[in-house]
Amino acid sequence: MITPVRRRFVALLAGLAAVSLLPFRAARAQVDPFTALLKQVTGGATVHPGRVSVDTPRLADNGHSVPLAVSVESPMTAADHVRSITLLSERNPRPLMATFYLGPKAGRAQVATRVRLNGTQRVLAVAQISDGSFWSGTAEVEVTESACLDMS
Amino acid sequence: MALARVQLPASAKRGEIIAVRIAIQHPMETGFRYDNMGRAIPKNVINSLRVRYNGAEIFRAEMGSGIAANPYLQFYAVAEASGEFDFEWVDDSGERGMERARITVE
Repeated sequence: MITPVRRRFVALLAGLAAVSLLPFRAARAQVDPFTALLKQVTGGATVHPGRVSVDTPRLADNGHSVPLAVSVESPMTAADHVRSITLLSERNPRPLMATFYLGPKAGRAQVATRVRLNGTQRVLAVAQISDGSFWSGTAEVEVTESACLDMS
Repeated sequence: MALARVQLPASAKRGEIIAVRIAIQHPMETGFRYDNMGRAIPKNVINSLRVRYNGAEIFRAEMGSGIAANPYLQFYAVAEASGEFDFEWVDDSGERGMERARITVE
């Protein structure tokens, strides 16, 4: 049976839920740690999502050495190739992990390495194409044992 | 300086895309660690690595402390002509390293 009292109570609950979600959403939108960094890397140019894929294990036991491979969709010809790939971390004390410079002689726009990750986070790769445009891709890595344990 | 291991096919067909791998023995010290006397261990990472194929640069890496100890890199190259891959790197303390590998292209 639905009584007016119960109806008001339910309405109140719904209202509270909506209000409590609002600041959370706003905070999340504000704190995208990549926006400031990206400006440094690209010099303010727009970064398009896509064309770049980052391949990491979904769960990395040890943050000291996480295998990571980046590949960019590109024909790698003299007219259209990948110039550089930059790896950014969301939570490392030095978020700029590495930049790789390639050219048409690489044949394939793919680089693999091993990175250090300070905890569970997103890893972003930004590629600059020879026409000057920037493309990016991310991967989420869950790290059970963080690197940088000695950083206190 | 450091020991390094380079791996690439000994021979390839002209135009073939080959994988080139290098692993260098290096602590890639972050600068965030302390020794047992409580002194900070200075940052010392291999900050740049340059790879030339028959004299022309084909790959370059600028690295920071975000790259794991004993850095490992794999990239690709088009086998154009028989010759040499030259790997050259330098760390923050100014130490340089070199490694070479030959490839025969038919």
